[in-house]
Order: sequence, then C-alpha cells, then structure tokens
Amino acid sequence: MDNLEQKFNETIKMGLDIVKETEEDRLMTLSVGPQHPGSGHFRFTIKVDGDYIVYCDPDPGYVHRGEEKMCEYRNFIQNIPHLERPIIHDSTNITYSYSLAVEELANIQVPLRGQYIRALASELNRQVYTLYWLAIYGIFLGHSTMFMWPMGDRELFIDLLEALTGARVTHAFNIPGGVRNDVPEGFKDRCLRQVAYFEKRLTEYEDIFYNNPLFRQRTEGVGILTKDNAIKLGVTGSVLRASGIPFDVRKAEPYDIYNEIDFKIQYMKTCDSFARSTVPFLDMKESCHIIRQLLDKMPKSGEVRAKLQPNPKGPPGESYKRVESGRGALGYYIVSDGTPKPYRVKISVGSFRNMLALPFLLIGSKLADMPSIYWSLNYWPVEADR
Amino acid sequence: MSSDRSNTQNGSEQKKANSDSTQTSMSKKTEAITPEFEGDLINKIVSKFGDKVIHVIYIRPGRTKILVPSHEIVQVASFIKDTLGFDHAESVSGTDYPKDNQIEVIYHLGSYSVDKLSSQILALSTRADRNDSRLPTLINIFKSVEYHERETFEMLGVYFEGHPRNERFLLPEDWADIPPLRKEFRIKGR
Repeated sequence: MDNLEQKFNETIKMGLDIVKETEEDRLMTLSVGPQHPGSGHFRFTIKVDGDYIVYCDPDPGYVHRGEEKMCEYRNFIQNIPHLERPIIHDSTNITYSYSLAVEELANIQVPLRGQYIRALASELNRQVYTLYWLAIYGIFLGHSTMFMWPMGDRELFIDLLEALTGARVTHAFNIPGGVRNDVPEGFKDRCLRQVAYFEKRLTEYEDIFYNNPLFRQRTEGVGILTKDNAIKLGVTGSVLRASGIPFDVRKAEPYDIYNEIDFKIQYMKTCDSFARSTVPFLDMKESCHIIRQLLDKMPKSGEVRAKLQPNPKGPPGESYKRVESGRGALGYYIVSDGTPKPYRVKISVGSFRNMLALPFLLIGSKLADMPSIYWSLNYWPVEADR
Repeated sequence: MSSDRSNTQNGSEQKKANSDSTQTSMSKKTEAITPEFEGDLINKIVSKFGDKVIHVIYIRPGRTKILVPSHEIVQVASFIKDTLGFDHAESVSGTDYPKDNQIEVIYHLGSYSVDKLSSQILALSTRADRNDSRLPTLINIFKSVEYHERETFEMLGVYFEGHPRNERFLLPEDWADIPPLRKEFRIKGR
C-alpha cells in the first residue's frame, strides 16, 4: 500500500495528470430526451450508480406554447380550437371542462340531447387516447404487436368521431352551450357494431399483452406508489386508481348526465407499474358499457346546443370545473371580468400533476425499469407544458 | 389595444368592488344563500381563525373560496389539512391585478382520503404585493404544490419563501423578459 502511494506521488512529480477517483465519479449522468428515445418531447436528467437510478430531475417545457396567455387575447369561442392543441388525442375532453366552466360563468343551459352527445364524444375520444398511449407503451417495452393492434383499432373510434364531428383528430366539437353538430344518420348502429367488435379485441389484448409473462415480469412489483404517497403527491387518474383509491371525477362530481349512467370505478390495489397499465385497459372496457348506455338513453330528437349571443359573456366572477380525461382530472380555472375575453385561464392537467411521481418512483429503481415506469404514469409532455 | 386595457381595468375594479361587498356583508350572506355542507366547512375555519383573518369570497355547491392574509396562510392551510381533511392541491394559479397592485395566488385543494369531500374544491387564496411579491410556500403542508408553485414563480414572479427551487421550469433557459403572465407582458403583434 505504501508502495502504491509512493508511486502515485512520484508520478505527480513527473508532471503527469492522475486524478483519484471520488465518490461522485462512480455516478454517470444521463439526459433522457428531449429528442426522444422514449420520453416524448420531455427531458429528464438521471444519475445512475451501476444499474440503479439515484437522482432524477424532470425538465419539461420543450413544447410550452403559452396557452394560458393566448386565452387572454381571444374571446370565449375563439379559444376552443387552440385549447385542444396540448392534447390532440383527447381533444374532446380538454374542451369539455372549458365549456362547463364558461357555461357556469355565462349562465348557459345545455339541452339534454347536447349533453348526451358530448358525453358520448368524450367517451369515444378517451378510447382513442388510451389506445394511442397503449400502443406507445407496448413499443417501448419491445412488444411490437401491441403497437400495431391498438394503432389499428384506434381507427375504429377515429372513424366514428369523424362521422360525428367532421374531423379525425382535432374536433373542436364541444362549445359552451352544447356541441357543434347533431349525430349523423345511422350512427347508432355503426357505433354499436364497432364497440361490440372492439370488446372482442380487448380480450385478445389481454391474452397477448397483459397475460404475457415477459410483460408481467417487467411491470409487476416495479415502481411501487403506495396509497399514502399517491395522496401526498396529489396524482390523478389511472395512477391514482392503481394505488387503490377509487376516485373518478365522473362519480365524485358527476357532470352533465353522468349521474344517470351506471358504471363502476375501475381500480387496483397492487400499486405497481402493472396496475398503472391495467387500469386504463379496464377503463376502456367500462367505457364500452357507458357508450352503449349513452346511445340507449339519448333523447331521440331535440336541440343539441343552446343559442348563443355573438360574444357570450357573463358577470365578473370565476369558475373551476373539471372532468375525467384519459389522464385523470382535467380542470379549468377561469376568471372573467365581465368582458367577452377571459381575464385569466388556468388549465390544471393530469400530466403536470403526475409528473411529481416520476422522480419519486425512478429514484432507487433500476435503469432498465425506466420505460415501464415512465410510460405507466400516463404522461403526455405536450399537455403538461401547455 | 387601448380598449382592451381599459376593459381589464374596469373588470378588476368591478371584481374588487364585488369581493369587497362580499367581505363586508359576508357573515349574513353566507348563511342565507349557501348550501349547508359547504357552509359548515367554512364555518369551522372561520370559528377557528375569526372573520378578521378569513374573508369568505363565495360558497357554492362543491366550490368554496376564502381569502387570507399571506402571514396566516400556513396556519390556515395546516388547519384545512389536519382538521378538515383536504389532502392535496389540484392546481395553484396566480392572477395579476395591476389595478390593485396585487397578485392573487389560489390553491385549489381537494381530498382523496375523505369520501364526503370528493366533490369539494376549496380555493384558498392569498394576495401579494405586486412590486415585492413574496409568499410563504405551502410545500411543507401539501407536497403536491411543488411544481405548481415553481410554475407560478416563473410565470408571475411570485417568490415562494422556503420553496427549495424557485427556478426556471417551463420557459426557455434563455428567457430574459418579465414573467409572462403579468398583465404588462404583451404577446408580440397583439
């Protein structure tokens, strides 16, 4: 040992650079994203010690558009198309709570048929989003069949929404006071047929993906978010329900006609990545029942939207409304000063809230578990950045 | 542009008048109009801290809002968490009122652990001086406000004392302008 120390000192005397290894040298810093090998347009810095992640710092903002500031320059109706840009795959839900909030501010009553149609559109859209998420989740766990199948089946619902709204992805369908169009002819039969087919497909998903031993090995027991921690971090949506808390805005605070619909909150108690990836799947199954009931109970005729003033406005005041989107509670806080333009709009999105769980779950887990944890959080970078 | 500006000023005036009137005639108003359950919740807070501290802005079904001075917000928040059972923040937002020279910060609090409160959102708001906007952080009471407060810091320039990271979050790294959600920040070309 003395010999070694002597050699070391001699080498330094000779003018050669030798640096002793410190504790910090064992750690390697990795930047995941923003050009994305599996993160979306989102970057987080991690430090690994061997196989284990010891540090994680999310750095969002690569797709920040300033939606909230943009809202202050446009009137309540003009705001609709740009507000759905943060999450185009779930565009009906992100404009849903906006419409609810504006309706409360401007005191607009929505006709019953309009309420049913927009609930139907939001259920269909939630399926589209969940299938897209499932496809990406599948491919990042190396399961390419699970990429192809949901992408293909997603077309079923996109076609339905195209018939209903006229657009494939960005619908701008919900407006304060109801929906833009009535249901086209023959829609009910077509919808029922495709939902029945889709339910059959869901059992096949279960066989090939959820019962796949490889998938289960990579997700079961990985990234445990206990009930207490889920509450503490204030997560929402499928992440919350996977931690054993049966909370769904559609039940907790039924909006529109959801108190007339019979459905169960889907939740699991295992708190791991497997639960977080299964809860959206169970939600899709439940959503099929909801769609059928909505089609069944919808009034046969009637108005689909209330007549609006050219520039709807209400007295000064504020409103906070939320709906259950594909990623959890999606709330709008709108302050109005009595003009047709909002004074302040705040969008409280599920992705932003679930981001807090990311460093919490990653620190202490293996680097190889990163994709299965990250995608199980149902995180959509564009929505989080707004 | 000028008409736009005057509109917002009028608005905040009206708003102020509105909130003033609610504050002065609060005790009568709240009991008369409000739904029972929400009224009970607020009465618990008011009876603990007194109506000099707690200003009730509105009580509606499922939604309540109170305004507290910034030096009392930590005590009020911990009372709300420990005694009433609101356990997480859904959103934290700031609103700029140049007319009053104030910035309002609002915490929308919800509850997962108490079934009865699942439909309730309690908005806990406080106001900071616009020129020296400093507020105590609530991160030690509600861990879930961490990123929300950080966002409010960069978007409105409210410094949260005690928050570990009052740092850039969503904006570009080379952002060198005023906080963008302040009213004097105007989008280029508008």
